[in-house]
Amino acid sequence: MATRVSAIDNQSTDARITLAYEHPWVVRVAHWLNAVAVLVLIGSGLRIFIAFPSFGPKIPQRDFFHVPRELTLGGWLAGALQWHFTFMWIFVASGLMYVIYQLVTGHWRQVLFLPRDIAGVWPMARHYFFFGKKPAVETAYNPLQKLAYTATILLGVLAFLSGLVLYKPAQFWWLAWPMGGFHFARIWHFIAMCGFVAFIPGHLIMVLLHGWNNFYSMITGWKRDPEYLE
Amino acid sequence: MSDGPQVHSDDKFEQAGAPKSTQPASSEEAPNPEPLFGPAGEEVQRITPRERRRINRRELLKLVPVVALGAFAIPKLRERLLMNGQELSDWASGKLFGRHRLAQTFSDRDVVPFERFPYNYYHVLDPEVDLDHWTLKVEGLVRRPGEYRLQQIRALPKLVQNTRHVCVEGWDVIGNFGGTRASDFLHFIGADLTARYLEVECADNYYESIDMETVLHPQTLLCYEMYGKPLDRGHGAPLRLQMPTKIGYKQAKYLNTMRVTNVLQGGMRGYWEDQGYSWYGGL
Repeated sequence: MATRVSAIDNQSTDARITLAYEHPWVVRVAHWLNAVAVLVLIGSGLRIFIAFPSFGPKIPQRDFFHVPRELTLGGWLAGALQWHFTFMWIFVASGLMYVIYQLVTGHWRQVLFLPRDIAGVWPMARHYFFFGKKPAVETAYNPLQKLAYTATILLGVLAFLSGLVLYKPAQFWWLAWPMGGFHFARIWHFIAMCGFVAFIPGHLIMVLLHGWNNFYSMITGWKRDPEYLE
Repeated sequence: MSDGPQVHSDDKFEQAGAPKSTQPASSEEAPNPEPLFGPAGEEVQRITPRERRRINRRELLKLVPVVALGAFAIPKLRERLLMNGQELSDWASGKLFGRHRLAQTFSDRDVVPFERFPYNYYHVLDPEVDLDHWTLKVEGLVRRPGEYRLQQIRALPKLVQNTRHVCVEGWDVIGNFGGTRASDFLHFIGADLTARYLEVECADNYYESIDMETVLHPQTLLCYEMYGKPLDRGHGAPLRLQMPTKIGYKQAKYLNTMRVTNVLQGGMRGYWEDQGYSWYGGL
């Protein structure tokens, strides 16, 4: 990217702001497209689930649990399927966009959770959830962040593969095999959904804790007065 | 990536606190000598609030693809967009389909007992077909249109297969089905195999249309037997479609008319499809 040249404007003010470009536009676009897609897929997915709220046979049918319709999207099964069959493309495209970008730029090294990060997870979790002392973090992402963000990628892959088996069992029957069969694909798909449902509130709490400035950087890319440059 | 030396210890940052008005000349000469980088390699700038607003505006513009999703909030557009999304999925499904790629078949052990094979219907379970005088009406792009008796269909080579029946609701059963390959029957009636669709109409006023590629698939049956016995009334006697590469609602029962065509009439694409379900319905 070209170097930005900022003309100095003596009249306006001599107060200057330090900004760091934390989130390139590819990441931001992928993030928001994916965020919308995940919410739509969860809502419409739950409506699809209502049509047969079970993981067992049709006869005899034993319902797994009752999903309130107010939480769902699409109105009826056909409507929910339309949402699902539309936003699955946006979900996969934005996911791929992010992963490819991370691979090409080498940024994946900052965020990929590796065995060496395991030791740092508990101190970080203790800090956030049990008011422990904040561990010193020398890296762009702390171990808990790496764990969470790496997990969402894996959840996305699981949701995609199990969804593919559910959608095209005749074409991808071989893909059902490592999942334990066609019936388990439905369970895996549901588990992936549960994973996203668990991630979202945790993610939102962290965003709230870190304030507007941090949140705003996922919109404009630039973070004002980043703490690591104090 | 770069946990190493931090740029923020650089002089340029320390200088920032100093009032620039005392050195107007030097700041004009070298406003931003080189891009700075944060610990994770992020570009760092020191700019005025006005420049920041300009940058923010530019960055916001780049989020247009996200804002475009707002179109789904407009009811008129939403309907159209969702239909387009489903049609894109149908198109991709058609591309995935291979006429020579077979759906999985199962051993007799995996077949669900007949009593546990659900009866599914939209209107009446038994449309009271007169089985003794039943004929299949064949029309459209065929050389030998007319009324065909069940015996003529049964006289063609018989295929028996254990395949999975998948309902759009989410349940499925592995059943045992016997019948004539639809492709054999199309040859028998002299159908134009380059035509695009097969339409069927049923005794219960159900109707369906299937892409020719799927009709010619070697596992697509005109099914007259289940579990070794003639189809019972609830399962679509005397003749139904059975396609392991299609979803349940495409498997029309109680067939009484078959039409080979290149044009699908609007509002006649299929009973459920006309209400919003996927037309292709491929598995």
